[in-house]
Amino acid sequence: MIHSLFLINHSGDIFLEKHWKSVISRSVCDYFFEAKDKAVDPENVPPVLQTPHHYLISIYRDKLFFLSVIQTEVPPLFVIEFLHRVADTIQDYFGECSESLIKDNVVTVYELLEEMLDNGFPLATESNVLKEMIRPPTILRSVVNTLIGGSNVGDTLPTGQLSSVPWRRVGVKYTNNEAYFDVIEEIDAILDKSGTTVFAEIQGVIEACVRLTGMPDLTLSFMNPRLLDDVSFHPCVRFKRWESEQALSFIPPDGNFTLMNYHVSSQNLVTIPVYVKQNISFFETEPCGRLDITIGPKQTMGKTVEALMVTIHMPKSVVSANLTPTQGSYTYDLATKVLVWDIGKLNPQKLPNLRGSLSLQAGAPKPEDNPSLNIDLKIQQVAISGLKVSRLEMFGEKYKPFKGVKYVTKAGKFQVRT
Amino acid sequence: MLDSNKDSLKLEAMKRIVAMIARGKNASDLFPAVVKNVACKNIEVKKLVYVYLVRYAEEQQDLALLSISTFQRGLKDPNQLIRASALRVLSSIRVTIIVPIMMLAIKEAASDMSPYVRKTAAHAIPKLYSLDPEQKDQLIEVIEKLLADKTTLVAGSVVMAFEEVCPERIELIHKNYRKLCNLLIDVEEWGQVVIINMLTRYARTQFLNPNMNESLLEEGNDKAFYGSDDDEDEEEDEKDKKAEAPAMAKRKPYVMDPDHRLLLRNTKPLLQSRNAAVVMAVAQLYFHLAPKAEVGVIAKALVRLLRSHSEVQYVVLQNVATMTIKRRGMFEPYLKSFYIRSTDPTQIKVLKLEVLTNLANETNISTILREFQTYIKSMDKDFVAATIQAIGRCATNIGEVRDTCLNGLVQLLSNRDELVVAESVVVIKKLLQMQPEKHSDIIKHMAKLTDNIQVPMARASILWLIGEYCEHVPKIAPDVLRKMAKSFTNEEDIVKLQIINLAAKLYLTNSKQTKLLTQYVLNLAKYDQNYDIRDRARFIRQLIVPTEKSGALSKYAKKLFLALKPAPILESPFKDRDHFQLGSLSHLLNAKAGGYQELPDWPEAAPDPSVRNVEVPEWTKCSSREKRKEKKVEKPFYSDSEGESGPTESADSESDSASGLESGSGIEESGSGSESEESEEGSESEEEEEEEEKDKKKKKKELKKPVQESESEQSSEEEVRKHERKNKQRKSDSESESDEEDDSESESSRSESEDSESETEVKKKKKAAESKPPSKPVKKEKKEMSLLDLDDFEPAPSPQVTPVNTFLSSSLVTDLEGLSLSDTVLSPATTSPCSALKSYELLHRITGEGLCVEYCFSRQPFSPDGNMVAVQMQVTNNSTSDTKNLHMEDVKLQSGMRVKEFPEIELLPAGESATAVMGIDFCDSTQAANFQLCTHTRKFFVSIQPPVGELMRPVFLTENEFKKEQGQLMGMNEITEKLTLDAKCRNEHAIVQSVITAANLSRVPCGSDRECRFAGRTVTSGSLVLATVASKEEGAAQLTVNCEKMVIGTMLVKDILLALTQ
Repeated sequence: MIHSLFLINHSGDIFLEKHWKSVISRSVCDYFFEAKDKAVDPENVPPVLQTPHHYLISIYRDKLFFLSVIQTEVPPLFVIEFLHRVADTIQDYFGECSESLIKDNVVTVYELLEEMLDNGFPLATESNVLKEMIRPPTILRSVVNTLIGGSNVGDTLPTGQLSSVPWRRVGVKYTNNEAYFDVIEEIDAILDKSGTTVFAEIQGVIEACVRLTGMPDLTLSFMNPRLLDDVSFHPCVRFKRWESEQALSFIPPDGNFTLMNYHVSSQNLVTIPVYVKQNISFFETEPCGRLDITIGPKQTMGKTVEALMVTIHMPKSVVSANLTPTQGSYTYDLATKVLVWDIGKLNPQKLPNLRGSLSLQAGAPKPEDNPSLNIDLKIQQVAISGLKVSRLEMFGEKYKPFKGVKYVTKAGKFQVRT
Repeated sequence: MLDSNKDSLKLEAMKRIVAMIARGKNASDLFPAVVKNVACKNIEVKKLVYVYLVRYAEEQQDLALLSISTFQRGLKDPNQLIRASALRVLSSIRVTIIVPIMMLAIKEAASDMSPYVRKTAAHAIPKLYSLDPEQKDQLIEVIEKLLADKTTLVAGSVVMAFEEVCPERIELIHKNYRKLCNLLIDVEEWGQVVIINMLTRYARTQFLNPNMNESLLEEGNDKAFYGSDDDEDEEEDEKDKKAEAPAMAKRKPYVMDPDHRLLLRNTKPLLQSRNAAVVMAVAQLYFHLAPKAEVGVIAKALVRLLRSHSEVQYVVLQNVATMTIKRRGMFEPYLKSFYIRSTDPTQIKVLKLEVLTNLANETNISTILREFQTYIKSMDKDFVAATIQAIGRCATNIGEVRDTCLNGLVQLLSNRDELVVAESVVVIKKLLQMQPEKHSDIIKHMAKLTDNIQVPMARASILWLIGEYCEHVPKIAPDVLRKMAKSFTNEEDIVKLQIINLAAKLYLTNSKQTKLLTQYVLNLAKYDQNYDIRDRARFIRQLIVPTEKSGALSKYAKKLFLALKPAPILESPFKDRDHFQLGSLSHLLNAKAGGYQELPDWPEAAPDPSVRNVEVPEWTKCSSREKRKEKKVEKPFYSDSEGESGPTESADSESDSASGLESGSGIEESGSGSESEESEEGSESEEEEEEEEKDKKKKKKELKKPVQESESEQSSEEEVRKHERKNKQRKSDSESESDEEDDSESESSRSESEDSESETEVKKKKKAAESKPPSKPVKKEKKEMSLLDLDDFEPAPSPQVTPVNTFLSSSLVTDLEGLSLSDTVLSPATTSPCSALKSYELLHRITGEGLCVEYCFSRQPFSPDGNMVAVQMQVTNNSTSDTKNLHMEDVKLQSGMRVKEFPEIELLPAGESATAVMGIDFCDSTQAANFQLCTHTRKFFVSIQPPVGELMRPVFLTENEFKKEQGQLMGMNEITEKLTLDAKCRNEHAIVQSVITAANLSRVPCGSDRECRFAGRTVTSGSLVLATVASKEEGAAQLTVNCEKMVIGTMLVKDILLALTQ
């Protein structure tokens, strides 16, 4: 299965290597660097590369490449999914997944990798099992460790590893018992020039933060589960129960986790919260262009649209932008040719507008295509699909937990073609 | 520092060393110092030392041996974590000398108490194998042993080991197949991927192609659309079944192996996994194994993965692209999900484009082309080029839009970007080749472009076009050649070759104008640097310029050059990739990766399915299951049990009683032999019919205390009608409930399902069984108070019924509603089936020398064994002398069938008659049971053959459940027949009567009055049998039967048809 793993930073330095079988020289990465140079964007590096003796499967996360070396047939998604799980675990342990943090905690990371794979086959990937074996670093613990010589490594087999609920450890205790659920929906949409919807769907996720004592058994039910077109669950959710009565029944992992992902299909009518009036044009004769964008609210269910932001990937030939926003501020990054207009709150009385001129490189031909606008927004307290949690019940424990549900709607891949 | 006494210093030192290793620096010099610490007490230091050892042991074999004894000690440690990690490290040290030690350790660990250690042992197997392949045989033994392991923890790892060491030993899987299928959902996600992939291969060798019939048909019909040909197939299937008996014999209708079905059913929920690899694994399993009609379910899940990380998208899209070629219909509804965003990475864009192109057909082509139009304007030029290619492919595949596409492409010729123009030219060239006559203006237009386009491929294409169709553009062609001749020396090689070609072709068609030019070009080519060009020039000169020496070939020059060339076929690069197992690395690379196991073709005939049978008799299996259960009881995870217990779990106290009830019937089902409610119940209702038996029964009843007394009231005819009905309602309610449970139980026993729900069910049963005896007396004392009474079926006085009802959960209430709706209709089915019973003659009065035996199927559950059909025999002695010792002997049965003999009738006086009940397990077949009927003087050979309608027992379903179940039994499992109802049986009641007479089914409540629905399960296997009669105008009606067992379904259709039309 997975033979070796190399962590490579943006500029192409290998800063960590781990071998699960015999050692493979890091020169194998040269094939990867070659491919990386060929692809302009790091995102365009093919995830699977074939070399004379090995196969290289890589992912690109947080400006780092996770490159694994494979020698025999293995489902590529297996490896990709695992690499992402490694990145998730690192993020979970240290707060983020960056080169400097990994370098600072290199031993912990190395120990983690050792536990996650045995002979290239995943052994323990549940974060709470790992956390029992290798405790995440905290300031308190490092102080204690230096004083009394405690260790960061558990000496008994994590209970989760053996039980049929590997995601939860035994003996969890809290003084405040709380369960929070965030229903986050993202609108994926493509609008065409005239503002009509080419394609729109809603991707939702329920993020949970459960801090409950003991072994609670929760049931979360919805007012309108029929809305959900397709779902995927954390392994803790009982699928049978969902099929029979469309309620989520589960023994939750401890702490933060993603309970469920769902999808509201394009067959249902998706409400688009804002409209965009835009006019971007480049002149045939002179090396400049004009830009005029106005955004207004469309169907926002009575809530304010916040954190509104417009991102435009300009054609290569645009040298500078001279614009005036009526609200918020804009930046134009010359190197990446990205124009970002940060608007903030959308005021329905006074619609935000960005207007001005773009100057092009002298002599460059007029770009034949107008750049598309990517829109980012956030609406608090509403799930745009109309999904509502009806109640949360707890069995198996005596105390009364504090429960909370929050709804947020965001723009996902929301694109306006121009 | 390593030599220090303080652990903290050692730890610090080890950390530095490990950090060095992590950065890829060489730390091998420190080996002796580190190895000393292998026995260190501090667990963190120990772990780091292990890490170091594994890394460098191979280089320093001699020194590494020093540490072995520590591990050997570790293997005996009481702490399972230490045992496991000792084995892990020991097996990871790649030193050949210790192979025997490793072998021993693995063998020992394979029978360790702790599943975690066994898992580690499974991991160690491939390590040892890669170190020393000669150990293979011994390792296979260990694998075989571990494969039999029943814990989910081990399953994934051992299958992994199996795949690496001995993937060819497929026979090792047989015995474990069903267990693996059932455990699958509880195995950790990585194990799931491996197991599913292995099972896909296994299923390909062991089962028949579910699309067999369709593929046979397909040979005749040219490639039709996915959706439509499916319908056709169904129709065909029906035809097959309906009329052509000889044809049927020739081409046996496909019946899916229950194990095949089991695999498909158990993997389906995994489509909802959060792990993309699992979803993909299930998707490929369905793609390779499922009947066509069922493959569709995977589309939704795959589309969902498109929201994931871009690497995941990349892999999924590759696979979707392959699937769309074979099964276009599957992804058509999700067309828009493949629309491209400007922010997608180029490789994703290109793949999406591929999928969109594959999905294009007459109906959606206009939307797709509109999308393509926006893509063409993209800034990403590689992507634009790919789009143009895609348009070309759409145009070739779909004739209607060819002209539109061509026009669009021609417009692109005026695009400012050279790459776009070039790509368009290449595509146009291919398109024009299909019908050049119509498009001479386009060729002219393109000829003009030669001045501007610099991309060699495009120039070459234009030149080729002009040369090929020079007759269509007689004026321009020579002019183009002139220009080209001028710039010949500066052109790229492919352009030069095409110039030579053009010259040659023009020379042949229009030698007057171009003779000099051609010679000029050929001369230039003669001194070209490239030998290809020189060769070509020489060859062409010989061929076309007539010289005295010229051979016979020059006569045919024109034929050679201006032959009609077939138009190129633009096809997807993903065509035929599906011979690789989808989702595999080999598929992605389109090349065989090392260690790839070919997906075998379906076998012609199915290998013996019995190899998968596990010999353990039913009851031991049960107990072993329970044993495992006990292990699980300690763990607090009984989750799914609640999910399973169905309608009642939300009401807490009620659920207990309900599960008690379930267990009551369940115990009987599993054959543990304990006296249970249902059997009593069965005998009671029997008693209702059999007046003769009453006395006998009464004795029994008296034993059974007051509860039963009220029962006798029920059967008595003075009973107030209203009261009776209420009882009935309650009774049938509880019956239906227990039936449901029976279903799930029998289902699980059929599939020998050991997944958690059924386990927990068993567990509950056990619990209930234990708790029952003591609770019973208590119950009887305070009947009014305890809810548990429900499972006693005693008729409560009418005022009490209502309070009980309020405790029922809502879904139960709806059940009740459904019941009361259909109550009147149901009553004949549930209470007086005997009126409709048909009796058959077993022994005629004359052949039996005065002894006459008739039998009928009493349609009562046969209490000693739930899998048996109860056969009630009426023995009449018409002779003048008494008959003694009437019993049966010498039972001859088909394999699998079983008979429970009736108790011997000791004395049958002359002129009297007696009744006896026997049970026969027909194994869901209509094979006859042959036996001898013996009296004290004679023996008679007799046989009982059941009509198919008696091989099932009624099941109560709600309308929704019915629809859901029916939805799952579509396709091959559905048989539809049109019929004209007999004049007498046009009203609803008559239909119900005749169907119920023909088959032991129960009525399903239904909203529409034109439709009657019935449900039942086959007695032995518990397969669902659903029948629908939809009546239309003037006696026309349609009969639909859905049954997993197609043979039963077919026969049932015939029987019901007969009943309805007579």
